[in-house]
Formats: sequence, C-alpha cells, structure tokens
Amino acid sequence: MTILGIDILADWFRLSVVTVVLPKLIAAASVTIYVALLAFVGALVIAIPLLWAQRSHLPLIARPAVFLSDFIRSTPLLLQVYFYFFVLPQIGVMLPAIATGVLALSIHYGCYVSEAYRAGLEALPVGQRDAVIALGFSRFDAYRYIIVPQLIPFLIPALGNLLVSIFKETPLLASIAVTDIMFVAMQHGADHFQYIEPITLCGLIFLALSLATSFVIRVLENAASQTWLGRRNIRG
Amino acid sequence: MADQIASPIISFRAVTKKFGGTTVLANLDLDVVQNENLTLIGPSGSGKSTILRILMTLENVQAGGVTVDGEALWVDQGPDKLSQQAAAAQTRAIRRKVGMVFQSFNLFPHMSALRNIAEAPIRVLRLSKDEAYDRAIELLKLVGLADKQNNFPIQLSGGQQQRVAIARALAMRPKILLFDEVTSALDPETVGEVLSVIRQLAKKHQFTTLMVTHHMGLAREISDRVCFLEGGRIIEQGSPVQIFESPANNRTKAFLRAILEA
Ligand SMILES: Nc1ncnc2c1ncn2[C@@H]1O[C@H](COP(=O)(O)OP(=O)(O)OP(=O)(O)O)[C@@H](O)[C@H]1O
Ligand SMILES: [Mg+2]
Repeated sequence: MTILGIDILADWFRLSVVTVVLPKLIAAASVTIYVALLAFVGALVIAIPLLWAQRSHLPLIARPAVFLSDFIRSTPLLLQVYFYFFVLPQIGVMLPAIATGVLALSIHYGCYVSEAYRAGLEALPVGQRDAVIALGFSRFDAYRYIIVPQLIPFLIPALGNLLVSIFKETPLLASIAVTDIMFVAMQHGADHFQYIEPITLCGLIFLALSLATSFVIRVLENAASQTWLGRRNIRG
Repeated sequence: MADQIASPIISFRAVTKKFGGTTVLANLDLDVVQNENLTLIGPSGSGKSTILRILMTLENVQAGGVTVDGEALWVDQGPDKLSQQAAAAQTRAIRRKVGMVFQSFNLFPHMSALRNIAEAPIRVLRLSKDEAYDRAIELLKLVGLADKQNNFPIQLSGGQQQRVAIARALAMRPKILLFDEVTSALDPETVGEVLSVIRQLAKKHQFTTLMVTHHMGLAREISDRVCFLEGGRIIEQGSPVQIFESPANNRTKAFLRAILEA
C-alpha cells in the first residue's frame, strides 16, 4: 500500500495474504455470528428464571440466586469458559465445544440481562401493578399484555449494548477450539507465520459487526419511539 | 336505597391493618349495603385508601374478617391467629365484582383509549374482540370521549385520562366501584368533567360506591352516608346532612372547618 509515494505497508500488510485470509475469515464469521446470537437469545431466556429466583420471597431461593449472579459477574468470562469446558465432561455432560461456549456466554450474560430486566420492572410505575390486579388479569396475561410491552422500548438500548459486548467476547471461545474468526486467524498465523493481516482483518470484521448491530438497535429504538412513546406532541 | 333493610354487600369485622409497626386500621367495623353510596372523609393518613385497597385485594390485613358480596376475602380466625386469605378462586371472584379508579389514573400507556377499556374484558372476561370494542365505544360515549378512542393516554388531558379510567373500570361490569381521590391529581379546570361523570353514575344507584374525596360538595350531593375517619377508626358517621350540618364530634368539626377554609 502506498501513501504519499512511500511504500509503508507493503512489507507487513500484503494484499496477497489478504486475498487468501479474508475468505477464510468471512466463512468463520458465520460461526461468530451464530455463537453470539445464540448466546444472546440464551441470555434473554436464562435471565427470566434467574430474576424470578432473585426476587423470590423465599430466602432459600433468593440468596443463592443473588450470590450466583454476583459471583458470575465478578469473575472473568475466560475462567467460566474453562470451567464448563473441563467440569461438564467430569459430570458426564459431553457437549461440543461450540455448545459449551454458547452455554458459558449465555449464563454470563444472562446475569447482566436479568439486571436489565430488574431495572425495567423497577422503572414501571407502581400504579400499573395496581391496575392489572384491579382489572383481574392473571399474572401471565399481565406480563404478556401489559408489563412486557412497556418494558421492551426501555430494554432495547441496554440489551443492544449487551449484544455488542457478546460479539466482542466471542474470541474467548477460540481458547476451547471453537472455530470462530479469531481461531481461524490465529491458525492461519501459526501455519504460515503471517499474523498481522489476519488479526487486522479480524478487527475490521468485528468493527463491521459492531456497527451493523448498533445500526439495527438504532432502527429498533426509533421504531419504538414511533409508537406510544413518541405521541407526546399530538395531543388532541 | 340505603334505608332499605338488606344484608351488607361489604362488611369489615374488627379489621386491623398494620404497615410494619404502625397500625393503620384499628379494629374497624364497616358495613355497606347494596347500591349505597358511601363517602370516606378524614385527614391524610387516616386509612381511607387502605380501606379501598383491601377491598380491591391490593393489601392484606393482620386480623379480622372481610366479606364482599358473599365471598370471604379475609376470614377471622380468632384473636390468636392471623386472618387467612380466601382461596385464589374467591379472590378472583371478588376482583370481578369490584372496580377501582385511582388518583393517578394508571392507564396503560402503550394502548389507545379504546384498547385500555377493551383489554381486560378480552383477556379476563374472554369477550370476543367485537363485543369488547362495542362495549368500550358505548362507555366512551357515556364519559363523553367517543371522539378520542384512538388517542393514547399521553395525548389526553388529565380529566380525559381519568374518564377513560372510569370507563375501563365500568367495562368489567363491577357491582362495587371504588373511587380514591380521583380528582386530586387534576388541573382545576378538568375536575368538573370527571365529577359530572361520577355524579351521573352514583345517582343511577346501579352500583355500590365507596368514594374517598376532598370535594365536600360532591360528597354531600351524592352520598347516602358519610364516614369520618381518623387514625384508622371511624370517628363519626351519618347522612351527609348530619355530618356536614350538625357534626357531633369535635374532631369532625375541626376537620370540616379546616377543609372548608382551605
Ligand atoms: N405501602 C405502605 N407502606 C407503609 N406504610 C403505608 C403504606 N401505604 C400506606 N401506608 C401508611 O398507612 C397510613 C394510612 O394510609 P392511607 O393511604 O390509607 O391514608 P389516606 O387516608 O388514604 O391518606 P391520604 O388522604 O393522604 O391519601 C399512612 O400513615 C401511610 O403512611
Ligand atoms: Mg389516600
């Protein structure tokens, strides 16, 4: 690559390497996307029973749940990945590396998602609870038709940020041989002793993923504010 | 109708309600007969809202019994035992018979006025959508908001929101209606429109109403009976004429003097 007539990059950022590595990385990006989205959905689901347990009136349920969530959020994700990877087979659970990775990410981020859910519920005016009880809604219907629809616009930004974080954490799974883009990049590096191009390209792919995610979140946020949140000024 | 001999539709028997260490209702006895319009007055913190919230199954009690239209909500188990709440089925039955309108409206912000009214009939009473919407439109007409059916709460004034909230409570066809200071959060110029809806409902005597209000004019006009509460006890009760023109108790007199001067 030539800038101002000086051949600064030619030696260590070779187009010939890029053309070989990029297709491999793009193929591997599907694994990264798959893992991240699956882990995100897993976290959204796991957070529900977790929050339920944390808010339980029974200390026997609430205390361990609160402790577990604090513990998971205050220990490194890499440690948790290794923990599941080595401990699950010991107790007879044989999972493919990718499933172990998704599980670790889901549980880790489930603890953050449940905090987001909790903040949403706490932001809901208490009068909404009174109203659903007074009108006789069942608990399930109250959540489904009244509470969750009000939480969604509130949750979109927080959950969007978590999704971006999950994307950024997926390279950790390369440590247990999940063949994501980081794994493929490092493998190429080791095989050909060409590290700079694959790692740089990895960075660019992550940047693209992150920008795409933020774009989708912004679209969703706008869509949410087009509804009841944005009708403030049409009084009449 | 209040003078008609009838078994009470609501009865509180020696009800004690505490929040932590503070006793909010002390050994309260209260009967309300069918189609009676009862108004509760009294200073802030005297337990007026608590009485309504117990009937709406929003609060528990620590002792005593509460019965609503033949369903036991709280069963008195004697002085040594806590009251026991009725089975879930009875609680549900009571929720269908009782409707409540709140000071802060509590409309669902993500639903249009029409949907706010129709949602519970659809989900709880399992009415068809057509039927629920027809019912909702009729009720919007009744409260004078037929042209606002597609407005979201945020697009309505306080008085309009409160009228939607009244329609929402009526859509469940309750026998008992509870109004807790429903005009206190309103701008003065919209109070009148809400009062006239309540007046219209109360005068038809189709419902039993329990109302907490600081509008002594309204209380006087529509109540069959007025109870003055203080410190979780009924200090004095009687017809509006009795209470407002010749209160017997000094505390009632002081309260009325203070509120009429305000
Ligand atoms: N959830 C609660 N937790 C603790 N204390 C409460 C709670 N709700 C009410 N109280 C207390 O119970 C007492 C009676 O409250 P209540 O709301 O019934 O009074 P009120 O007569 O309706 O007063 P106001 O005219 O101010 O509405 C008050 O002292 C209040 O502080
Ligand atoms: Mg009150």
